[in-house]
Amino acid sequence: MNVFNIIEEIEKVDPEVYERLNPRRAAIKNITSFGSKVAAAALPFALGTMFKKAYGQSSSTVLDVLNYALTLEHLEAAFYTQGLAKAGLVPAANTSYLALIKRDEVAHVKFLQDVITSLNGTAVTAGTYDFTGGNNKGNGPFKSVFTDYAQFLAVAQVFEDTGVRAYKGQAPALLGNQVVLTAALGIHAVEARHASAVRKLRHDLNQDANTKPWIVSTATLGNDTGVAAANANYAGEENVSQGGVDLVAALKVSNAIASASFDEPLTKEQVTALVVGSFIVTT
Amino acid sequence: MKTDINPITGNVNMARRSFLRYAGAGVATAAVVGVTACHKDRVIVNPGGTSDIGSDDIGILNYAYALEQLEAAFYTEVVAHAYTGISTVELNYMTDIRDHEVVHREFFKAALKSNAIMSLTPDFSKIDFSNRTSVLATAKAFEDLGVQAYDGAGFLIKTPEYLTIAGKIVSVEARHAALIANLISPGSFVPDDQVDGNGLNKSATIAQVLPIANTFLKTKVTAKAFNYNG
Repeated sequence: MNVFNIIEEIEKVDPEVYERLNPRRAAIKNITSFGSKVAAAALPFALGTMFKKAYGQSSSTVLDVLNYALTLEHLEAAFYTQGLAKAGLVPAANTSYLALIKRDEVAHVKFLQDVITSLNGTAVTAGTYDFTGGNNKGNGPFKSVFTDYAQFLAVAQVFEDTGVRAYKGQAPALLGNQVVLTAALGIHAVEARHASAVRKLRHDLNQDANTKPWIVSTATLGNDTGVAAANANYAGEENVSQGGVDLVAALKVSNAIASASFDEPLTKEQVTALVVGSFIVTT
Repeated sequence: MKTDINPITGNVNMARRSFLRYAGAGVATAAVVGVTACHKDRVIVNPGGTSDIGSDDIGILNYAYALEQLEAAFYTEVVAHAYTGISTVELNYMTDIRDHEVVHREFFKAALKSNAIMSLTPDFSKIDFSNRTSVLATAKAFEDLGVQAYDGAGFLIKTPEYLTIAGKIVSVEARHAALIANLISPGSFVPDDQVDGNGLNKSATIAQVLPIANTFLKTKVTAKAFNYNG
């Protein structure tokens, strides 16, 4: 564990972290010079207490959110790593495009691992994956995921859109937490950038001419991917009521515009049901 | 923390900008009518005015409302005076984005009711709407600024429902940002000036965002409760 690395990492996001942890900034910064075993042994506990005081959340709540996020990032990182390693799957013209997404997912894994470890938590390890969605039988709904590029991109789109929804669903659990919430929102936005980019790839490759960079739902169906097996991943995206305002009725806009203007969250339970026992192998 | 945003990209006509700055209320008023003709009921001609977003959650919602007003006004102009040589696909994208931003603007106006700040008067004098490069560079600046603004203000929100709504909007703004970047240069959807080495989108404070937004507004927006006095 390297407590000081994490504080330095946090400082990049939250320049006032030292002030937040302890108004006596110098006392924290100079703690490295104590040099005593007692101080070093007490640090993890002290850090947890400091975070609780500073941000008003229990560290277990924050760690739960971070490990949940890491579970999904492991899944995504493995997906792009395996896809890009599969000879003949990704056309040369799209390799650099997908490599950027892989780069970000791998970076998210490392970032979350570092944060969890530095908060004295235990980072979840990568699982065993079946990207056909068949729970290790290799015969799920996406049997051709690594042989048919169109299906690979469809799964990528579903993963990215689901990732956006998953992070969004955790935001209230991190309310007011400048460091972790801001970091989570930073990943959330990058997942949305990926989703937009994958959707544009699918559009431009004429795999689905109607695909937009945003999710365009009908009045009754959230899923706009054309992949029926992913309906549950988009459940609720058709919502057009925001903060008590029915956008279709109040603003006289279509369901397509009203639904696309807002992305919807998913709970941890919803996301777990979507990926565990299908993409994430359970024994 | 420094921001890397440079909204003054594309074809900036400084001479014209300076002229308009000193031309006074007569020119400004004429411009207002042109930009907001279809919303006459809400036009407040106040070219020299300022508007403060207020404090607490109302302040953050007004901050978002201000930025959405700016984006909606921009894309309304983009669609009304489509740039030279625009393709059908690109016009459809711009029309969709305009509609999303108008929905965001009207949503905040409806949600804030009497707490809402005034309708802001934009200043787009430095944008050449006939030029694709100028329009897309400005669009990218606005979308990137919007994402950084929502991400940077998230922790200030005290009501969970408002945080969720901000989250619902910011991912749509990020989708826009990535599309615009890809239209400018395919594959530039996670540029280094917006995404850091940890794969996190950068964020910006209110005091960093508003001075940039104000360069595109005749009505200057302040945030005294959030350390920005204009």
